[in-house]
Amino acid sequence: MKPLKAVRSVAVVLPEENIDTDRIIPARFLSTTTSDGLGKHAFHDARRLAEGVPDESFALNDARAHGAEILIAGRNFGCGSSREHAAWALGDIGVRVVISSEIADIFRANASRNGILPIVLDVESHGRLMACGFETMEVDLEACEIRPEGSEPIAFEVDGFMRRCLLDGTDHLGFLLGHYSAIESFDAARDARLAGAES
Amino acid sequence: MASPRTLLDKLWDEHVVVPASDDAPAVLAIDLHLVHEVTSPQAFDTLRERGLSVRRPDRTLATMDHSTPTLPKRADGSLPVVNEQAGRQIDRLVENCRAFGVTLHGYDSPNRGIVHVMGPDLGATQPGMTIVCGDSHTSTHGAFGSLAFGIGTSEVTQVLATQCLLQRKAKAMAVDVDGELPSDVDAKDLILAIIAELGVGGGTGCVLEYRGEAVRSLSMEGRMTVCNMSIEAGARAGMIAPDAVTIEYLRDRAMAPAGEAWERAVDRWRRLPTDEGAAFDRTARVDACSIEPMITWGTNPGAAVRVSGVVPEPADRSDEKALAYMGFEPGQAMAGKGIDTVFIGSCTNSRIEDLRAAAEVMRGRAVASGVRTLIVPGSGPVKQQAENEGLADVFVKAGAEWREPGCSMCIAMNGDRVGAGELAVSTSNRNFEGRQGAGARTMLASPRTAAACAVAGEVVDPREFTRSPVGAGVGDA
Repeated sequence: MKPLKAVRSVAVVLPEENIDTDRIIPARFLSTTTSDGLGKHAFHDARRLAEGVPDESFALNDARAHGAEILIAGRNFGCGSSREHAAWALGDIGVRVVISSEIADIFRANASRNGILPIVLDVESHGRLMACGFETMEVDLEACEIRPEGSEPIAFEVDGFMRRCLLDGTDHLGFLLGHYSAIESFDAARDARLAGAES
Repeated sequence: MASPRTLLDKLWDEHVVVPASDDAPAVLAIDLHLVHEVTSPQAFDTLRERGLSVRRPDRTLATMDHSTPTLPKRADGSLPVVNEQAGRQIDRLVENCRAFGVTLHGYDSPNRGIVHVMGPDLGATQPGMTIVCGDSHTSTHGAFGSLAFGIGTSEVTQVLATQCLLQRKAKAMAVDVDGELPSDVDAKDLILAIIAELGVGGGTGCVLEYRGEAVRSLSMEGRMTVCNMSIEAGARAGMIAPDAVTIEYLRDRAMAPAGEAWERAVDRWRRLPTDEGAAFDRTARVDACSIEPMITWGTNPGAAVRVSGVVPEPADRSDEKALAYMGFEPGQAMAGKGIDTVFIGSCTNSRIEDLRAAAEVMRGRAVASGVRTLIVPGSGPVKQQAENEGLADVFVKAGAEWREPGCSMCIAMNGDRVGAGELAVSTSNRNFEGRQGAGARTMLASPRTAAACAVAGEVVDPREFTRSPVGAGVGDA
């Protein structure tokens, strides 16, 4: 996993609440058997009007969004389906940080396992950032601080394990495999117990 | 004496391999890992890249449901897949299961079906288990008093390789449903009412335990419908403590314990319910008596009102956008809205009881002209049973399409979809923009309501049908 220490980039604001993972990547693009190159499907339908032409009012279609690595979204981002394709698609368009006042549990886990930092802010701080469309800001994971250019920094909290894994680029599977012998003995004891050895 | 524990506490304690610390989440043992074709190919690839095997093939069970066609095989034996990629995904699951020794209920198995219908059908889903699957509706299995939740593909890899996951314990939230559900109101109406109450993010970070008289009175099918949609309130999982209904459902199922092992298992299961006086982090209360048939008006599952109600005033910009997408105006009656498509199926509502409720409405009646009605059973055994009971005949005679098992129009990956701009009544779980096809407009409802709408050709309160016999009312054939 690509480590993430600090990101400095323009921020794109998607003000809508409850942006679900079907919006991030519609299900018809899930027939793939790889995780690469899904950026071309990111927000496929949300980017377009019914006739298929680009929706100029959608922030990611704006020229100023070019190269943006920070996404600020309305409440309850990433709800719905568990598809990790949503995190893969966002990663593929260069997103490294997602900020909201509420981020759905499964999406948050998927994002962090793919080098994307999910940040949940209180409503007031979130509201402040929602007004910062296309402004440049720095997200510093070591200091746990968001620094919008020209305004006061905002402190944030993240799970310590998630933070360490993102900073070091630690792979969760490798970490879990480090517990293999504990897993084996737990399993053996539990299998025996369920088979009635102790009853 | 040990302090009283919730069902979640008991499940958690039983499965902790390494406890959580400030520095790291707990290592949690997984009893049953369900696998399907869409979220697993990348996980099996990672195992190959790293030279890993599937640690517990005996606790891993696969089927194919999302990309699979619901039309029967062609005369030459080939599957009418929607495109080459879908076919490749199905083939890859077959290859991966063979290579890694995982039991697969594919096209050669009579048990193939939607993963969350198949597990309970087989008796693989049991109380006291931890159950995961790369699918958010894994919460369904919580209906048996298991801790069951959806995971992403990275986690699918972890479970394949170690039969464990890194997890922090969620908060426990009691959802107390007081009183009795009216007789013509179904589990789907109950869960839509609960989500409308909690909000689509109201359960984030929580495991919901549904309790109370109305929940205890539900069949296993009804309980599965309720737990299935826990994720639509943002919850990690939903659960219902096992009781006599659970035990009777599981007795004699293919993968349920038998003989002495059955007795031991039942004894274990009886100790699972939340202890008297155990503390929940949060509590919500819902009054069952006042619930009526429900339907959604917006583009998230929390946007539900009574079928007899009206489109509400938008509360914010997101609501305004939803109304614009749906083409609805505040104050309009839901009843009477003309519809194009009806879908009865999905992991929420494709079990035998759902099909019986739909058939009760459709028996002796006909689907309104111009309304496409697709009825998709959840699994091979459900399909067989519905045919044996004559339900399939009722549907076909009414003019509905009776299909092969699968996810079908719920996720619209297999070619079954709602056309752009069309308005559908669907028994599935998500009314998101484009969920049932680009531009499709979805209203979620129960099988009984969906069947009534199919017959009426418009949104209608199903009680207009179930309270009047055929020949005495609306929509008679």
